[in-house]
Amino acid sequence: MRKLILPSIVIISSIIILIKLFYLQIIDDKLKIKADNNAIKIEYDFPERGYIYDRNGKLLVSNQPSYDIMVVPKEIKNLDTLQLCNLLNIDKEYFVTKVEKAKVYSPILPSVFMAQLTKLEFAAFQEKIRKFKGFYIQKRFLRNYHTKHGANIFGFITQVNDAIIKKNTYYKSGDLIGKQGVEQEYEDILRGVKGVKYYQKDRFNKIIGSYKNGKYDTIPKQGKDIYLSIDIDLQQYGEELMVNKRGSIVAIDPSTGEILALVTAPSFDPSLLIGKERSKNYTTLYNDVAQPLYDRALQGEYPPGSPFKIITGLIALQEEVIDEETGFLCRHGFSYGRGAFMKCHDSGISKLNNGIYNSCNTYFANVFKKSIDKYQNPSASIDIWAKHVKSFGLGDYLGYDLPIGRKGLIPTSKLYQKYYPNGGWRSNTIISNAIGQGEVALTPIQMANMMATVANQGHYYTPHIVKKIKEIKIDKKFTTKHQSSIDKTHFAPVIIGLNDVYNRGTASELKVEGLNICGKTGTIENFTKIDGKRVQLKDHSSFVAFAPMENPKIAIAVIVENGYWGNRWAGPISSLMIEKYLNKKITRTDLERNMLERGLQSEYDKLLNPDLYFFKKKEKTKEPEKEKEETPAEENNTTQKPIALLIQNRLFLQRKA
Amino acid sequence: MKNQSVKSNVDWISILIYALLVCMGWMNIYSASLPLEQTSLLDLNEIYGKQLLFILLSIPLILIVLNLNAKIFEKFSSLFYIVGIVLLMGLFVFGSTIKGQTNWYKIGGFTFQPSEVVKISCSLLLAKFLSDTQVLINKQKFQYIGLSIIFVPVFFILMQPDAGSAMIFLSLIFVLNREGLPSWYLWTGFVAIVLFLSALFVKPVFIILFALIFLIVHFILNTKITRNPIIYGLLFIAISGFTYSVDFIWENILEPHQKDRINVLFNENVDMKNEGYNLNQSMITIGSGGMYGKGYLQGTQTKGNFVPEQHTDYIFTTVGEEWGFIGSAIVILLFVTLILRILHLAENQKTKFSRVYGYCTATIIFTHFFVNITMLIKLFPTIGVPLPFFSYGGSSLWSFTLLLFIFLKLDANKVNEW
Repeated sequence: MRKLILPSIVIISSIIILIKLFYLQIIDDKLKIKADNNAIKIEYDFPERGYIYDRNGKLLVSNQPSYDIMVVPKEIKNLDTLQLCNLLNIDKEYFVTKVEKAKVYSPILPSVFMAQLTKLEFAAFQEKIRKFKGFYIQKRFLRNYHTKHGANIFGFITQVNDAIIKKNTYYKSGDLIGKQGVEQEYEDILRGVKGVKYYQKDRFNKIIGSYKNGKYDTIPKQGKDIYLSIDIDLQQYGEELMVNKRGSIVAIDPSTGEILALVTAPSFDPSLLIGKERSKNYTTLYNDVAQPLYDRALQGEYPPGSPFKIITGLIALQEEVIDEETGFLCRHGFSYGRGAFMKCHDSGISKLNNGIYNSCNTYFANVFKKSIDKYQNPSASIDIWAKHVKSFGLGDYLGYDLPIGRKGLIPTSKLYQKYYPNGGWRSNTIISNAIGQGEVALTPIQMANMMATVANQGHYYTPHIVKKIKEIKIDKKFTTKHQSSIDKTHFAPVIIGLNDVYNRGTASELKVEGLNICGKTGTIENFTKIDGKRVQLKDHSSFVAFAPMENPKIAIAVIVENGYWGNRWAGPISSLMIEKYLNKKITRTDLERNMLERGLQSEYDKLLNPDLYFFKKKEKTKEPEKEKEETPAEENNTTQKPIALLIQNRLFLQRKA
Repeated sequence: MKNQSVKSNVDWISILIYALLVCMGWMNIYSASLPLEQTSLLDLNEIYGKQLLFILLSIPLILIVLNLNAKIFEKFSSLFYIVGIVLLMGLFVFGSTIKGQTNWYKIGGFTFQPSEVVKISCSLLLAKFLSDTQVLINKQKFQYIGLSIIFVPVFFILMQPDAGSAMIFLSLIFVLNREGLPSWYLWTGFVAIVLFLSALFVKPVFIILFALIFLIVHFILNTKITRNPIIYGLLFIAISGFTYSVDFIWENILEPHQKDRINVLFNENVDMKNEGYNLNQSMITIGSGGMYGKGYLQGTQTKGNFVPEQHTDYIFTTVGEEWGFIGSAIVILLFVTLILRILHLAENQKTKFSRVYGYCTATIIFTHFFVNITMLIKLFPTIGVPLPFFSYGGSSLWSFTLLLFIFLKLDANKVNEW
């Protein structure tokens, strides 16, 4: 027995040692991380962010240096807090909270102590930096804007938040990242790749050489420059035309899908979102009742109004329920049920051509009715109809290269089955869609895309904002032709009708000498809920157009919220934009001045005072023309004021699926 | 007629393991003490250079030992022992104090730690004593003499004070036990340690209550007629007294640094910059090695000198970091094989002297190995003992070499015994 005591102890204890070693070396990962934190110091070398140019090579966005004070909590030693606070003009509380926060992030990695110092502040601090162990300066690049326009296109850059750091290991505390717009969408390209240097430290935290002879070190990769498809002069002109108005202008080159201008109004100077002031300015913009941060061009879902009649007509031609010569009699309206009457300013016999240029509601209601009544079952008809509409890129995300957007709404049988679970709906029930009211909703960029498709007589290219990137081909999906389901032959008569809108129709006073423009006015009824009551607001003014007719170079959609009627605001703005882009100069200076100087602020201010403006004439604002089903979105709120409703919607909208 | 030359009778397996351990040790010392600029391997200003010299010098030492008459060790064991004790006592006059411990002689540029060689002389005397046919270890008189041989050097070493070395000597009780010392000596020691540690965490009342219940149950189950209630009573009183005295010892006798060593072992909330630094860094260094290690000379912890004294007591952390679990396991298996090999050889000795000495050799190497490695991985309080054949130091390497090769010589010589 006694012989065995010592050997057993030897064997048992070595097994215990091996188990513990196995645990430490293979199971417990914390020790490996600790070792790296201990012995390896990482230094980053940030490359300069790529520049942004417009389609003509005009520099829009470059960089300016900025200096962050970083802190490594573990390295703080013998700190004269008072002196530091005085030098940086901060209070002790700021110091304590920042250092505490840094400790939580990591005691041994640098965290931002104070971001984006001015050169003056930086110089004063740099002189004394040796006194403050654990603090050092990190040079970064901030944006420098050479234009006051296009803020919604660019987006901005900001420090990464904790959620991003957790999700993407590339980013470390204090790094900058593109948010919204092109900065977000093309973050990887603009950013480049930061360089990393690893150093071996000793236990006094002194660097004693490079780690593994620089085996893992990388050199920074410069960010790439981006050329936008935007024409900055056109963009600027659009933003100027939209001053004191709310709404949007989207202009697309139909032959390529390149977005020439993407205006949302009101807008703001992109320089507001640089550096230290960014957060404060962002809050101000965020709380602005006019919602400058809400990109109406991409996120605003409006009923398209009369421009949608183009689609109604094209589908009917394709489905062969009408031809060019099919006529309907209009007696100032279209009656589609007992007491249900759609008003029309027109009278007499309407055919396709004058139906379009006079924007005859009766004509298109009849055309739509024919399309839906083509099959016994309205469900089948509406789904075929919806398929045609969707082939124009409507009713879904277009797939453009900007990070936000809305689907819009193209109703299908599914939707109506939900609204009318017991059935009983038919063409007359949904007749408002014929004239772009009712359920249909489009974003301005979708309307522009619709117009580009018409201009191309049946196909479109996915709209995109980036024209070229050095050394990188733009995404193939932007050069792929999308064919609509309407045969090319049906477009010619419609296009002639659209041209006649200028020649003898609703926009005849907007004709531009020497330019063959095709367009369509729109006057959009719209409603909001104030204190749970449905209230009709002033109609939106909308306009879609493309030009020149023979060889379209620009397709445009304009919407001016509460702008009374189509050719009051949106029409002139469209024609000015087209003239500016194609002729580079404006002949109708009176019209231009009128548009530039006048606005609709008084109309918008009414929203702030609903009791005064809307509820007095409660009787009059009752639903004027049709028994319209309220959309669910409108139903589910009761007491919110319209602004609050909009903000709530925007928060919901800002995510792109 | 058997071949009587040493060469054909010496245990080559042990020598091979010894050589492997020494080489691996030097490689790790080289890594741990590598300066920023490359110098020659035998640069005597560098730690690895000195160690290489020590290794080279141990070759003649081995040859001398193997060629001496094996009887010398037995014959002169008393003399060696006395010389050893004198050297230990001489420390109080001539010794130099390093880190509060007076356990070194400084001769020229080299230092020499007498407790290292006393391990050998003590083992020799113990072997000589136990191999005397007149000694009957079951007699109390002889038990006391045997224990005294161990406790005399322990006393002087504790005066230095050097708890680590004292612990090594105490482990020789295993040898006495193997030769017939009643097991209760071991049990008493074991129970005392358990009581001491549990008294640090549990209120003494609970321990005493537990002891009381245990003794009563034991008494009831004990069916021997000889069971004596008085002994049980005395045992209970002893346990109670000891338990209560632990508190007193803890508060009044243990030095702060000794308390720290126990604290870091059990207490999670220790300051990793101060008392917990060594252990923390040693765990990090070993743990960061992973399965295959970071590669030889690639250890970031080792290069950054995060582990203090890495070339001496903490040399195994280099193995852990650079050679990973695989390397660590190989080193541990080599040690275990060597120790078991020695024990196996010892059991097959023809003379009791050789057997006891072999046992001493295995016990001493094992205790060093065990205490050294377990203290690095938080299984044992930090007690400074070197890892045999691995740790830097001439007197350490030579005394382990002597210790081992004296036994190998005795073993090789067994063909001459009958």
